[in-house]
Amino acid sequence: METSVYRFIFRYSLRQQVVLLILTLLSFPFLYASLDLPKQIVNNAIGGKNIPNNILGYPVDQIGYLMVLSGAFLALVLINGWFKYKINTYKGRLGERMLRRLRYELYARILRFPLPRFRRVSSGELIPMITAEVEPLGGFIGDALAVPVFQGGTLLVYIAFIFMQDPILGGAAVALYPFQGWLIPRLQRTVNQLGKQRVRAMRQISDRIGETVSGVQEIHAHGTAAWHLADISHRLGDVYDIRFEIYQRKFFIKFLNNFINQLTPFFFYAIGGWLVIHGSLSFGALVAVLAAYKDLAAPWKELLDWYQQKEDNRIKYEQVVEQFHLPDLLDETLVAAPPPPDTPGDPAAPPPRLTGTLSFTAVTLADDGATPVLEGVTADIRLDRHTAIVGTGTGRDEMAQLIARLLLPTSGQIRWNGQDFTRLPESVTGRRIAYVGPQPHLFAASLYENLLYGLRRPPPDSGAPADSHARHRRTESLAAGNTVLEPDGDWIDYAAAGCDGPESLETRVTALLRTVHLDDDVYAMGLNQTIDPDQRPDIAARVLAARQAVETLLTANPKLGRLVERFDPNRFNTNASVAENLLFGTPVGPTFAIDALAANDYVLYVLDKAGISRSFLEVGHQVAETMVELFSGLPPGHEFFERFSFISFADLPAFQAILAQVTKDGLDRLDGEARTRLMTLPFRLVPARHRLGLLTPEKEANLLAARRLFAQNLPADLRPAVEFFDPRRYNTAATIQDNILFGKLVYGQPQAQTRVSAMMAEVVERMDLRDCIITVGLNHPVGIAGSRLSGAQRQKAAIARALLKNPDLLVLSEATAGLDPRTQARIHAGIHENRRNRGLVWVVQQPAMAKNLDDVLVMKSGRIVEKGSYDTLNKDGTLFHELMRAD
Amino acid sequence: MSIIDEVECLRRIPLFANIEVPKLKLLAFTSERICFPAGDVLFRQNEMGNTAYIILDGEAHVLVDTPGGPLDVATLRRSDIVGEIAILCDVPRTASVIAETDLTVLCISKDTFFRMVMEFPQIGVEIMRVLAQRLEHTTRQVRQMAAAVAVPASAPA
Repeated sequence: METSVYRFIFRYSLRQQVVLLILTLLSFPFLYASLDLPKQIVNNAIGGKNIPNNILGYPVDQIGYLMVLSGAFLALVLINGWFKYKINTYKGRLGERMLRRLRYELYARILRFPLPRFRRVSSGELIPMITAEVEPLGGFIGDALAVPVFQGGTLLVYIAFIFMQDPILGGAAVALYPFQGWLIPRLQRTVNQLGKQRVRAMRQISDRIGETVSGVQEIHAHGTAAWHLADISHRLGDVYDIRFEIYQRKFFIKFLNNFINQLTPFFFYAIGGWLVIHGSLSFGALVAVLAAYKDLAAPWKELLDWYQQKEDNRIKYEQVVEQFHLPDLLDETLVAAPPPPDTPGDPAAPPPRLTGTLSFTAVTLADDGATPVLEGVTADIRLDRHTAIVGTGTGRDEMAQLIARLLLPTSGQIRWNGQDFTRLPESVTGRRIAYVGPQPHLFAASLYENLLYGLRRPPPDSGAPADSHARHRRTESLAAGNTVLEPDGDWIDYAAAGCDGPESLETRVTALLRTVHLDDDVYAMGLNQTIDPDQRPDIAARVLAARQAVETLLTANPKLGRLVERFDPNRFNTNASVAENLLFGTPVGPTFAIDALAANDYVLYVLDKAGISRSFLEVGHQVAETMVELFSGLPPGHEFFERFSFISFADLPAFQAILAQVTKDGLDRLDGEARTRLMTLPFRLVPARHRLGLLTPEKEANLLAARRLFAQNLPADLRPAVEFFDPRRYNTAATIQDNILFGKLVYGQPQAQTRVSAMMAEVVERMDLRDCIITVGLNHPVGIAGSRLSGAQRQKAAIARALLKNPDLLVLSEATAGLDPRTQARIHAGIHENRRNRGLVWVVQQPAMAKNLDDVLVMKSGRIVEKGSYDTLNKDGTLFHELMRAD
Repeated sequence: MSIIDEVECLRRIPLFANIEVPKLKLLAFTSERICFPAGDVLFRQNEMGNTAYIILDGEAHVLVDTPGGPLDVATLRRSDIVGEIAILCDVPRTASVIAETDLTVLCISKDTFFRMVMEFPQIGVEIMRVLAQRLEHTTRQVRQMAAAVAVPASAPA
């Protein structure tokens, strides 16, 4: 990568810079003409001097001449504008392309960082480098050549003009330029140093912010927010000082420059005047020189601005790029090159199989001169056998990562069937080796995408697309040196998973979920997902069939029937909220959200029409009274507010005021806002749960009537805001679980939840719906770094992800350590089954696990001290035996 | 039955006799009401538990496992409280409770129960009194029955 910004600019944009320059120079005559023309219009056309008789053979009078010149002026204005527009767009496009290239290059370099590098550089530092720090470069690159050449050229022309008028005055005009040219870079150097400091200080701040975000739990757990505030305040103070210093110096340079510029006219007046008085210089010449000098100031100022900007960008570039220049950067060909094909000439052929033996010879792994983590490791790992790594001290996980080709040895050799293992590209190792560490990472996507992650292979480049927009995107990618592969193409290598397409892959994934004991979890996730019945009509149909089956079961078995109150269009559901009873559906979006109902015009209209507005308000008043009575004695923040109250602690005083007003003036005199507040409360009532006895059978009947009115009069534009409960239709807005149950759990039934879940599981199993629901559950978003899954779930998902790509060698590093013993046993059995006749290297958390593997390597403090089979090692006197006993 | 009836029922329990009505209402509101059909088991002896039950309606038997089989030691009726021992001292249930008729109870979670005891010390005193009475009652009953079936005098007391 180019070490200086100008090398970068010239290497990738020399041609464009020249074009830009030519365009700029071409625009110059037009600019000049547009300045000159007004003089002609005023002096000749309006003043009536030198009017030609004809133009291009057409005779003209004065008015005609004026019109022609004015028309020419308008044309010049247009041409100038057009030039400016074209030049600026060209500059902008060039700058953005170069910026894109730079960012892409920097990102590509992150992917080539050796892994230990990430212990020293945080994402908090890397992110602003690629995003914010290089941003100003985009604006500068278009000016990099054109501005100095153009402004410098203008300056030279003016200077030449002055010299032609009078060499002495010319000399006087430029006399101070050498001094300025010497002084300003010197002053600028300090500013540059400060600029560097500022960048470093800002990076540390980003690093601290990143640390705060990842360690926020500890901050709260230890109550150390004050320290972090002090720390950040101190750092912001540093940045403030630096920036203020920069301002002072920058403006001082400007001041000095201005002063020196004004110094020269002083000489002109003094010396030039003296010369004129003595008659050795004509008066006209002095005036001309003075005017010319005034014109000098503009390009000179532009040049100075440009110089400061250039220095700024030069430093930014260097400071960013130096962070990405590592001596031990991974070879580009290892990371991104296509695999060497099995059969030459066929790039689509799968990479070579990883069989045979992996030989370690005197392998040492050290981190920056510290005590080596691994030292002098010599071992043969047979890739058709299962090898356990056990031991004490450091180095076991590193050993696993060396075998998985994630780390490269500091010294020593790793050879695969005689070939240098460290030169094998990732297109081979990534396909043939799978590594699962103790804390695997999941990406913020659906669980399914995470499981398929290991199958991602670049799709074959299909060449230029037909669609013009896509073709444009492709041209731009090429112009900026980016890859032309599109991320939304089909990246999945179905063959690697032993599948022939999306359907069989889904089946395979579902089977693997059982292997890693994740199927129950994903089933539960699936029950709580919604699906679009238009996209999955098969699932929707089966869910409706399951709903039917559940209904049959509930009717046939009163013991179960007692647990669920189903949605019946003609009955009030006492286990559902008043809101659900009125809507008789699931709200879609915020329009009919439970807390928005009391302010919704249509809902108020329906209540009015049903004649229950007044009684609704009364119920709201009663609820408010009860809530205030129950909860006003509790301290703020008491968990009961969150769990039970209809009114938050913060809102209590407002409701107390409303109640007092009602006592004084009655319910009818309430203002609109207070009314809305009271009207909100009844919607949340679930009669069977809250048992407040506020809804009489008569009120329930009225609400049923309101339910009908609501559905009948619903305007078309509100129709999408609610998904009605319809016994025969799939409810798009409700979860699969709610769709199957089509009702509410009855409050006050012992273990209703457990028993209903069991009943549903049985129905789902019987209807052959379980795998469908698991498929839906796979859409569950796992959250940032998998944070919406439990640790055990992440671990299981990572194992499934590794198994799915059918690697020749599976490397596990305490990958099941976080699971409970029963799950471990089940998953271990599944792994052994999967790995039959295929390679497995396993850093086991308990020595006893080595019993089921062929070979055992025993490590102690980064060295291999014993190797052999489980039986040969498990004898008195060996470290392995000692470890077994200690366990 | 609404929360008002529940509060009425709670007031008749000696434990809560001296507590203001709004507090009892809060206790009722934050507790779940559950209906057990006749024959259902509320809990079994030796299970761990974290709920106490207040009988609102119906009857239940308290059974203690003895070498001679389950022994019916008490019948619970409206306004009786049961299951508080297990949540008071984190021991397994000391008896089984089975619904004799259809039974409606108010389930008081350990959390809520302790909050009430902390806030109203007189509940603590009442608990001591009730427990002592119950111990005396149980002991007497076991002794009588032991004498009746001529079990040796070393029978569990």
